[in-house]
Amino acid sequence: MVEKDHFRQVLQHSPFHDRIEEHNLIKNWMSWNGYQTARVLDTLSAEYFAIRSGCSVMDLTPMEKYRITGPDSLAFLNRLVARDLSKLKPNRVTYVVWCNDDGKVLDDGTIFHLGDAGYRLCSQHHQLDWLLISSQGFDVEIAEETHEVAALAVQGPTSCAVLRAAGIDGLDQLKPFGIQYSQLLGFEVMVSRTGYTGDLGYEVWTEPRHAVDLWDAIFATKHRGLYDVRVIGLDALEMVRIEAGFIMPGDDFITAETAVRADHDRSPFELGVGWTVNLDKPYFTGKRALIKEKSSAIKRRLVKLVVEGNKPPVDSFLYDAMKGKRIGTIKSQTWSPILKANLAMADIDYINGKAPREIWAEIYYQKELTWHATWARTTVSEKPFWSHPRKSATPPGPY
Amino acid sequence: MTNSKTIVLVGGGHNGLVCATYLAKGLGPAGYTVQVLEAREQIGGAASTRCFGQDSCKGGFRVSAVAHVLHSLDPQIGRDLNLANAGLDRGPAIETISLGRNGDHLTLSATAVSGNGLSKVDIESYASFKNEFRSYAKALKPLMTNRPPRLKNMDRRDLITLTQLGWALRFGLGANSMLEFLRVGGINIYDVLNEQFDSERLKGAIAADAVIGHHMGPRTPTTVLTYLHRLQGELHSPQTLPPGGMGKVTEALAEAARIAGVHIRTGAKVTRILVRDGSVTGVALDSGERIDTELVVSNADAKTTFLKLVGTQDLDAMFAHRIRKTRTNGTVAKLHLGLKGLPEVNGMSVAQLGQRLLIAPDMGYVEHAFNHAKYGEFSEHPVLEITLPSITDASLTRDGYHVMSVVACFAPYALKTGWDQGREVFADRIVSLLGAYFPGIASQIVARELLTPVDIEAQYNITGGHWHHGELGIDQSFMMRPVHGAAQYDTPVDGLFLCGAAAHPGGGVTGVPGRLAAERILALSR
Repeated sequence: MVEKDHFRQVLQHSPFHDRIEEHNLIKNWMSWNGYQTARVLDTLSAEYFAIRSGCSVMDLTPMEKYRITGPDSLAFLNRLVARDLSKLKPNRVTYVVWCNDDGKVLDDGTIFHLGDAGYRLCSQHHQLDWLLISSQGFDVEIAEETHEVAALAVQGPTSCAVLRAAGIDGLDQLKPFGIQYSQLLGFEVMVSRTGYTGDLGYEVWTEPRHAVDLWDAIFATKHRGLYDVRVIGLDALEMVRIEAGFIMPGDDFITAETAVRADHDRSPFELGVGWTVNLDKPYFTGKRALIKEKSSAIKRRLVKLVVEGNKPPVDSFLYDAMKGKRIGTIKSQTWSPILKANLAMADIDYINGKAPREIWAEIYYQKELTWHATWARTTVSEKPFWSHPRKSATPPGPY
Repeated sequence: MTNSKTIVLVGGGHNGLVCATYLAKGLGPAGYTVQVLEAREQIGGAASTRCFGQDSCKGGFRVSAVAHVLHSLDPQIGRDLNLANAGLDRGPAIETISLGRNGDHLTLSATAVSGNGLSKVDIESYASFKNEFRSYAKALKPLMTNRPPRLKNMDRRDLITLTQLGWALRFGLGANSMLEFLRVGGINIYDVLNEQFDSERLKGAIAADAVIGHHMGPRTPTTVLTYLHRLQGELHSPQTLPPGGMGKVTEALAEAARIAGVHIRTGAKVTRILVRDGSVTGVALDSGERIDTELVVSNADAKTTFLKLVGTQDLDAMFAHRIRKTRTNGTVAKLHLGLKGLPEVNGMSVAQLGQRLLIAPDMGYVEHAFNHAKYGEFSEHPVLEITLPSITDASLTRDGYHVMSVVACFAPYALKTGWDQGREVFADRIVSLLGAYFPGIASQIVARELLTPVDIEAQYNITGGHWHHGELGIDQSFMMRPVHGAAQYDTPVDGLFLCGAAAHPGGGVTGVPGRLAAERILALSR
């Protein structure tokens, strides 16, 4: 299977690794799913603005990918996830969460309807064991294809223009959550209009042997002087995903599989993704528990908070008044350069099914190695902090 | 609970019949119809009487199908359901005789042991050992005869059961016995018997009682518990051979059910338990018939109930997975012999031959017999439990002939070579072993059949052919039987209950799971 000295390379290289390494000036690597992945390549703000104002490229290969085929694929997936998939058409993608028996979220991800080729499930965490457990009694085959599919996220206002200039035709007609297949330099790429940035953007999928050619075709547009295209790392992605209001399993909440203590796991309703739960469809894992949960007032929520002031509310406790009762904590936060605001995802207790009237953050910060504490008022944002019409416009318009 | 007019019991084994009768009596003339649907043409399931031999039942042989000694039918059920009135005849009490090759047999009763070559110390130790172990069994009685208590979110009944159990352990047993019980409760019978006795044959006979029907050898941890499970029966009644075979017992249960107003249908095989939105809506039969109901009680094993009849698509994934991972592979085969004339054993009277006979000469023998099962083989020298019911029951065959019923351990369900290849080889092996104790028996055999776990599965609709509907390991007992989340007879599917041996307290012809399931259903309906 592998050379016997495979263990010497602790982190795996994706098929794009050689190209990314050329761009990675500060060698700030980390592990994502066992792959050597850049945290930042040169300057965080430049990478951030590539996403929001230009065209960014990120290696998606480490994302967990599973292929589900067989006659019971739809029934299997519909019993797995909380969303009703019966209306998902071929060449369409949808966002899903899935739960354990107690209706607590195990992970979230996207499902791609690949027509006769079955379905692809992309997830944040490793799910093969849960998929196999869930497949009992269904005539399906489940294959992990994380390492067999190379993928790039190409995101930003000029992403459509860049990909068209790179040779992918017809992209301006692709609708959000749509999938199209194109020939590029004699090989096939699959393009989906999906992403984790809340902006116009695409994910491009191909075989690992064509990965470098795909990369070079995209960056050729930059070398020809047409568009700026910039490689981004995970730190810039973290900023934009919070702006877009996307949750991150494992960071914003502990996944049900890894939660040990009672009451630390979270339901879809508690995470604010109850809109993906369909209690009218046939049985799915956790449905019984979710019906029961829905019959009483919600106890807590993961909410999007705008935090006043300019102090970053890192790991802050939250209170129902300044020096009031503690009601929760900040799970993840970022300074949003485009909104000029501190944004956060926070887990807070609800009272009688409602958010507390006031939420205050106690923020600790340093000035020249001396700690200070301050209070900041916060407001709950029910909508994504940041959105733009081009995200859903078809064609997305020229940039 | 429900406004539906029909309650459906899936499976007409003894527990299903007991449960149905309690339900019919408990609900009274409230407009409910309790229906028992049995897939086979005969009620009773594994506790029935079957025919074998060339001419079948006419001139052939009749024998208790799977269970052949009645030793633990709950006396409370006898009283509550008035089984005597329904024709229950437990039959003559029998003792256990462990056979020796040279006529040195041991006779084990509930309280005493006798036999050639047995030391005075062993004889006295046996009496005190049985006394002590019966007291342990008695201390466990609150747990064994009640709904297993939940440890989280306890209700009043759970608290009462736990209090009774605690009281029985601490004050019923007393401090010294409780300490000793806590010491031996989780260990193996091998170590305990070595502490108690010198006679290898005596230890072998007791060890056999701890492991027959289980995928366990004497050295397997928790075999003290399986022995105590067996001793539950000794607390209230002797072991007997029911006249007409075990089928007569379940016929009496069926009669009691009919008297209570239960409708019993045989040849009615349920193929689906219909579920919508997590609630039962009915059952479908293989005839195509559909019965609408909001309450289904399944006497089938847990895998059959959930994985076949309900189906995983209507269950939570982990619950279905836990059901699938329960250990349900049987390890016992049943050999039936039709004999011309009565076989003879060195030094035994005809009356003695009519008792429960064991071939388990020592604990090493039993352990070695089990070793094969671990590796997917049948025992080279099996442990046998033998009865000759025709000695006291002439109805089983014609004059001059006899029926021998042999429980043979160990015969693993997943036999490496497959039972198509192994069936006759194993039967020959048992017959040749019998020949060492019953000289000339091979020439007396006019009919024989071997029911392997695979045959028991196919003919009696029990997954893995397991007598107890699943191993009675400590991880599959009490509040974890068959799995947690379904251990109090109600299940994650609204309106679906378990009432068979897959539920607490497990296998044996006790009727207790059936009684407790009915009590649970009636309590929830109030």
